[in-house]
Amino acid sequence: MSDFQTTNPIIKWIEYRLPVFSFLDHAVGSKYPTPKNLSYWWNFGSLAGLALVILMVTGIVLAMQYTAHVDYAFDSVERIMRDVNYGWLIRYLHMNGGSFFFIVVYIHIFRGMYYGSYKAPRELLWMLGVAILLAMMATAFMGYVLPWGQMSFWGAKVITSLFSAFPLIGEDIVIWLWGGFSVDNPTLNRFFSLHYLLPFVLVGIVVVHIWALHQFGSNNPLGIDTKGPQDSIPFHPYYTVKDLYGMAVFLVFFAAAVFFFPNAMGEADNYIEANPLVTPAHIVPEWYFLPFYAILRSITFDIWFLSAKLIGVILMFGSILVLLILPWLDRSPVRSSKFRPIHKQLFWVFVADCVVLGWVGANPAEPPYLYIGQAGTAYYFAHFFVILPLLSVLERTRPLPSSIGEPVLKGGGPAMGAASKPMEKA
Amino acid sequence: MTDSANPSHGGDGETRRDFLYLLAGAGGALGAAAAVWPLIDSMNPAADVLALASSEVDLEPIELGQRITVTWRGNPVFIERRPPARIEEARAVPLDDLPDPETDEARVQRAEWLVMVGVCTHLGCIPKGQKQGDPLGLFGGWFCPCHGSHYDTSGRIRKGPAPKNLVVPPYNFVDDTNILIG
Amino acid sequence: MKRIVAGVLSAALLTFSVQTQAAEGKALPDYTWEFDGIFGKFDRAAMQRGYQVYREVCAGCHAMRLVAFRNLADLGYDADQIKAFAAEATVIDGPNDEGEMFERAGRPADRFPSPFPNDKAAAAANGGATPPDLSLMAKARPHGPSYVRALLSEGYEDPPAGFEILEGQNYNSYFPGNRIAMAAPLDDDAVEYQDGTPASRDQMSADVTHFLMWAAEPKLEQRKQMGIKVVLFLIVLSGILYAVKRKVWADLH
Repeated sequence: MSDFQTTNPIIKWIEYRLPVFSFLDHAVGSKYPTPKNLSYWWNFGSLAGLALVILMVTGIVLAMQYTAHVDYAFDSVERIMRDVNYGWLIRYLHMNGGSFFFIVVYIHIFRGMYYGSYKAPRELLWMLGVAILLAMMATAFMGYVLPWGQMSFWGAKVITSLFSAFPLIGEDIVIWLWGGFSVDNPTLNRFFSLHYLLPFVLVGIVVVHIWALHQFGSNNPLGIDTKGPQDSIPFHPYYTVKDLYGMAVFLVFFAAAVFFFPNAMGEADNYIEANPLVTPAHIVPEWYFLPFYAILRSITFDIWFLSAKLIGVILMFGSILVLLILPWLDRSPVRSSKFRPIHKQLFWVFVADCVVLGWVGANPAEPPYLYIGQAGTAYYFAHFFVILPLLSVLERTRPLPSSIGEPVLKGGGPAMGAASKPMEKA
Repeated sequence: MTDSANPSHGGDGETRRDFLYLLAGAGGALGAAAAVWPLIDSMNPAADVLALASSEVDLEPIELGQRITVTWRGNPVFIERRPPARIEEARAVPLDDLPDPETDEARVQRAEWLVMVGVCTHLGCIPKGQKQGDPLGLFGGWFCPCHGSHYDTSGRIRKGPAPKNLVVPPYNFVDDTNILIG
Repeated sequence: MKRIVAGVLSAALLTFSVQTQAAEGKALPDYTWEFDGIFGKFDRAAMQRGYQVYREVCAGCHAMRLVAFRNLADLGYDADQIKAFAAEATVIDGPNDEGEMFERAGRPADRFPSPFPNDKAAAAANGGATPPDLSLMAKARPHGPSYVRALLSEGYEDPPAGFEILEGQNYNSYFPGNRIAMAAPLDDDAVEYQDGTPASRDQMSADVTHFLMWAAEPKLEQRKQMGIKVVLFLIVLSGILYAVKRKVWADLH
């Protein structure tokens, strides 16, 4: 019944009653065939998992010291920083852990876009990933409110006020979200509750995401299906050790940030306690929200009966939700950009557009940033709704190799730096 | 960590490989252990909690025979100004009769003032005897109603499940009428 | 194509970092601090002098409610000195057995007492402007230490012609908006340093900033010292795991 081989009597005893070892063996072990040519860009999924674990472990410990009350929240965080044993370390790990989670997840997403990992038959895998991104964003947003600094408060106020853009019921929604007539104690308490809950929901989606991944296995830099055993290698030990190596390197960068630049990705204003009567000069969200913030603010004109505010909100949420239908916007039969010369270029233009939008988001909503933001927003949506559908039809793709095992002699070329590396093993 | 999955090469290469695996495993284990410690230690008392470890008590208003309760580190501290009769009663007990032998002299700094943590050494209830009309137990001291522990006029356990005498906290007389506990 | 994209990216990132500075008034002088860099440490003597400046000048208006006297051990003071500093302060405690609040001398476990009972009282006593709490000041402004020092030592200048300064305002070139309620607090020899250091305005500004940086980030030294060990360990571990990875993958072919 079980194909798991072992001589250890204890493992045998457990395996007979609960086949957990064969389950693991099929999930991340020797029975999980994986394309042999995965590059280091494929490390970022496991890195996201590591970041999530770091965040949850440090978060649970922080919650033991944190007080979710407007009168005590700020001081309780400072007590963690000053009096709790290693509290400063745990808090900085959590604070920077959020940023690093977004860094690795954004790279993970861009990797998927470059190599067409969202294409059939992995559409659901991709959509589950978008759900993870949304859960992450909600969790991060609510977590940022908890220290109850000026940016916490005003970020919460501005973002929750977005919902007032909805016609008719908007105002009621906002009051419901707040539990009052401003961001106040009820808001802080519910955000704390949800900030603790959502990561567990996130873990649930991650499990399903990995389940979906195992149905067809990983995509690979060539974007072609594995044709047989000669194209794949067992996940363990090859990718377990590669993932472990990647994690160690990730931790070097993470530790450097935590120990030497812990506040570099934060805002100085959040070390001022929240004051509902004084708005900071510049309200900026955390860096990972900046592109979406730029899209939100780029709409300054009403269209027909839709207010500028409502369009901004719709476009901001739309800029993330559009990812859900990406598999149907890009109809090209070729997955990897290695064989899609024009898509490869335009992918990088899209990345640059996201960076430009992030830069606009960090700047005041006034000319010239406003116009750059409007152009960037237009291009963002054009990429999905115009460029990708057109490319699906017009682009002349390069010939695909017949299998992963066959060396690519022409056409491939080094694509994303490290992407050329895996071929050395092939 | 991965040795079982590899076909062996034999010879020096194998030794070197095994050594590498061992090194990586040891390094990983060391790193994990070092990472876990701050999380555990964060649950120990924090610096501000440790710093609040002393309470000053003014003894002036306490009359002969009166018992008062003050708070120290979140626990009640019983202070009694003992009349001579109760001191003698405590000192007359032979040590052999005590489950946790300790002389009364060793438990007080000044015979008149009995200072101890009012937490039953059994399972942490607060013994009765501080208020007028409370049961004092069989030995005229304190009585823990949770599981029936009897303490004498020196706060020593005499009968019942408690294993130890009521704990005497560290304290000192700042002057004749003030003590600093902790 | 790729080069153009890379150019755009780096240009965007560059303006990114420049922009964050630009919003805060005049560009800050380029001070160097002992606590900067990955080997950074606090200068005990500077912090002690800075504490003296805070105690004798700033504490009249500015609270530091997150800092306790016991924390002064970080500045190099021993237990008796800390007790003496604490005892100089009057702390409101209570309620006592009669239900009354009462005053007593401070103890090391007490936090620095605030000069005003609450923010409204502070504002009322200061022409409507609440003097901000200084516990986190060095982290609560962009480039905090340099900003605080520049504001105190070089910021108070004559306003440019035509710049209107109202009653109760002062011109400060580093303060956002340039109109600051606080009058220049540090003149030369505003304090007499116990270690004999000449108390020039710049010296006092630097010292009090040093003290405020410690107050805002008291675990900075521990953090950096631990960081060096952790990062070195992780680099070695990465090296070992890379070797293991090579070894494992060498079997393929």
